[in-house]
Order: sequence, then C-alpha cells, then structure tokens
Amino acid sequence: MQTPPTNDGGTNDSGTNGTRANGSELVRFDKVTKRFGGTTVLDRLDFSVSTGKHVTLIGPSGSGKTTILRLLMTLVRPDEGTIRVDGDYLTHEERGGQLVKAGDRHVREVRKKIGMVFQHFNLFPNMKVLRNVTEAPVHVLGLDKDEAEQRGRELIELVGLTEQLDKYPSQLSGGQQQRVAIARALAMRPQVLLLDEVTSALDPELVAGVLDVLRDIATTTDITMLVVTHEMNFARDISDAVLMFDQGRIVESGSPDKMFSDPEHDRTREFLSTVL
Amino acid sequence: MMTEGMFTNYFLPGIWITIQVTVFSAALGVVVAFLIGTLRTSRLWIVRFLAGCYFEIFRGMSALILMFWLVFALPLMLGWQLVPMWAGVLALGLTYGAYGAEVVRGALAAVPVAQREAGVALGFTRVQRLRRIEIPQAWPEMVPPFNNLLIELLKGTALVSTITVADMAFAGNLVRLGSNESAPVYTLLLVLYFAMAFVLTRGMRVLERHAKASVGQTIERRGLFARRRPPAPTLGAPDAEALPAGGTVGTR
Repeated sequence: MQTPPTNDGGTNDSGTNGTRANGSELVRFDKVTKRFGGTTVLDRLDFSVSTGKHVTLIGPSGSGKTTILRLLMTLVRPDEGTIRVDGDYLTHEERGGQLVKAGDRHVREVRKKIGMVFQHFNLFPNMKVLRNVTEAPVHVLGLDKDEAEQRGRELIELVGLTEQLDKYPSQLSGGQQQRVAIARALAMRPQVLLLDEVTSALDPELVAGVLDVLRDIATTTDITMLVVTHEMNFARDISDAVLMFDQGRIVESGSPDKMFSDPEHDRTREFLSTVL
Repeated sequence: MMTEGMFTNYFLPGIWITIQVTVFSAALGVVVAFLIGTLRTSRLWIVRFLAGCYFEIFRGMSALILMFWLVFALPLMLGWQLVPMWAGVLALGLTYGAYGAEVVRGALAAVPVAQREAGVALGFTRVQRLRRIEIPQAWPEMVPPFNNLLIELLKGTALVSTITVADMAFAGNLVRLGSNESAPVYTLLLVLYFAMAFVLTRGMRVLERHAKASVGQTIERRGLFARRRPPAPTLGAPDAEALPAGGTVGTR
C-alpha cells in the first residue's frame, strides 16, 4: 500500500490577505515510525499541519492517533524519522552537519511551542485552580507572579470558572477540571494545542460545556489545533481538515464536509458508520 | 528505694537527652531519606546504583555496631574523636535514613505517571517536577510510614546509652545500680518510652491530616480521643457533577 501524499492540513491559501503566515508548516512529520514492543503503531508517517489550522485525527483505537500527539509532546520518542515544529527539529538537533538526538535543553525549548490537554485532565492535585494555571508560566517561562496571576485569572474567566479559583481540583467536577486543564495549557501561550480525547472521560452532561469552550477558542484565536476526538459533530464544526488513520497510516484526508458526507475509502465509511 | 531526687537528677536530664538524640537523628534521617530516595529515581544508572549501594549497606549494618565503630574505631584511624552523642546521632540518622529512603522512593513511585506527563507537557525540568509536583503529592503517603520509623528511632536511641551518652536508658541503669530496684526502674522506662512514642504518633497524625489537606483530600478524624461524627460528604461527589457548567459548588 502506498503512503498517501503529504497532507497540508487544510486549504493551502498562500496567505496574501492575512496577517499571520497562513500556509506555512508549523508541524511536520517525516517518515516517522514508532513501535511499541513488536507492534508498529506508526509506519513511516508523513504529514504536516499549517499554521492556524485545526486538524482532527480520526480512526479506530490503536490506529496511532494518540501516539502522534504523544510524540509531539515528547512523551514518547520516535524510533525513526524526524518531527519539526515551526522549522525546528523536536527530538533531534543538527551538530556538525549531522542530525543527532537532541539534549534535554533543546527539547524543552522546542516543546514550549506545544501545549496539551489530556483525556484525564491530569491537574496537579496539590495546587489550587489558580496555581495549576500559573505554576508553569512562573517557573518555566519566568513570568513574575502578578503577571502570571493576571494571565491565569483571564484564562480561568475564559473557561468560565472564576468562582472556582480558590478550590482544589478534587473539589471540581470532571468538566470543570478539564476546563481548568485547557486554561493551564493556554497559559503557556503555545502555538499548537493538542487535544487528546478531552471529553472521553467526562459524564455525558458535562461534555457540552468543555466543547463550547474549545469552540470558542478555535474561533476567536489563531492557535493551531491537533485534535483526537470521537465527537464527530465537534470535529466537523471546528476542523479545517480531517485525517483518517488506520494501522499507523493515513488512509484518507480532506475537508470535514467531504470526509463526513462523502468519504472515498471503504475503511473511512466503515469507521464513520460505527461512530456517527 | 527510688527517691524523687533520683527522678529529677537522673531521669529528667536523661529524658532531655533522649529527646535531643531523637530530634537530631530524625532531622539527619529525613535529609538522607529524601536525598537517597530521590536519587534512586534518577535516570542515570550510576546514580541509581550508588544510591542503591548506600541503601543496602546502611540497611544491612547494625546501628549499635556502627556507633561502636564511630566511637572506638574511627579515632584510631583519624586521630580525633566524635563527641559520643554526635556519634550516636550519626549512626542512627544514617541507618534510619536508609529505611526512610525506601519510603520516599516508594511514595514517589506511587505518583501517577500522568502527573509526570502533565509536568513534561508544561515544560518543567526534572528537578522542578520533583520539587513542585511529585514530592508534594507523595508527601501524604510518606507520613504514616515515617511515623513508624520515627517511633523505631525513638526506641533505638536507647542504644546511645552503650556509648556513655546519658540518655533515659543510661539514667535508668544508673538509678538501678544506685537503688538496686530493677522492677520500678524498668517499668518507669517502659512507660516513658511509650508516652513519648504516643505523643509522636499524635503529632504525626496532625501532620498527616495537614499533608492530606495540602492535596485537597480530607481524612476522617479517628483514634483514641477523636469525637465520633457522621462521615463528611466526599468532595467532588456526584451532586457536584450534576451542576450546570460554571455553577458554584455549594459551601461545605
């Protein structure tokens, strides 16, 4: 089977009428292979995402979608191939004309461009809501405390939790915790936001609140998003492009309208029929 | 006949020495425990190996013999002598620190991997993650086993009486020799050690409650003198889940 052509993550208008550099590649995977034990999760994967685009990854479980996000967040490292973010190699660096494994400092620097929201929120239980949001800006970015708190309060207001500012995560509902986690990721001002099945662990009645916040962020900011979700309506609303994964490869990609109403591949049709 | 004078002249200063030895050894032990315990989670195998060596060596050594060694053998090699009390503190602190290191390592290992991942995603360095995320979360898990070790340590301080440190046990022996009354003297010593251990346990329970509160958990008050009350509703209970988005969770 042939690897599908590199997807540019949306309509590639050359950015003549925008202020931001639309169309430039923010994330690029080159022949990335990832194995866990004997299983090849990603198989020489090529794909890229343009600045400001929202790309949704769909596919059956085990198809490698989440691994892509975890590779970008450097929670796992690729076995082969390279990943670039905003032109910089993520887990490699060039030394003497050769590409070698990058040191911690380099990885941390490039990683600052990426933020992630997890399926199980992963808030810090030992910190109250506001400190969850300000801890990294203060200690990683070196912001002074007042500035970080100002930024934190604004973001917590954005996700509608001003009244919970002074609570511990364990005192919040799942939906509230996830919204704090979104604020926490945004507080680092990442260029790319990774959303890893952010509503899968929520009770059904709490899903809408979280998706509303994300829709809001998708429409009002120019942040690039990489989304793994089973909420197909949400994917259709916010995506510029949808990539269908199966067995570590991109089977098909296209605009959400085309992908959801008229997919070309049987595999995509089959998958969508099970989730829609 | 044991007189009141014997208590005030021998036992009271002895109690004070026992308290001092316990406090200083515990302080050294905690430092050793955190140092060795965190080093045992290092990514570098050599660091893990050396910290593991420390743990195995000091766990396997008798604190009593170590004390003798520090007091009687070390001076022969170095030409100077440690004050016996500090030799005792050193031997106890290093030994109990080794046990404590295992407590620290175990508690750190129990922090969910997801917390490490969240820390990585936000750009924290390894040391920052340990200090700001992993140790604070592991701390409440450490307090109860630390309580056990602390009481073991308190009782272990009686060993220093064998290297001429005038602690409670040493005072007891003196009084026994002077009064020739073994039963009251040893009974009194048992009671004194128990009373001190009991006070420590109560103190550690306060610390535990405090530690749990620092990660947003509550624990039921229990124990000998706790008032019985109906269990408090768990925080983040289903009723909180059902609230509309952005709604306030009622005051508790």
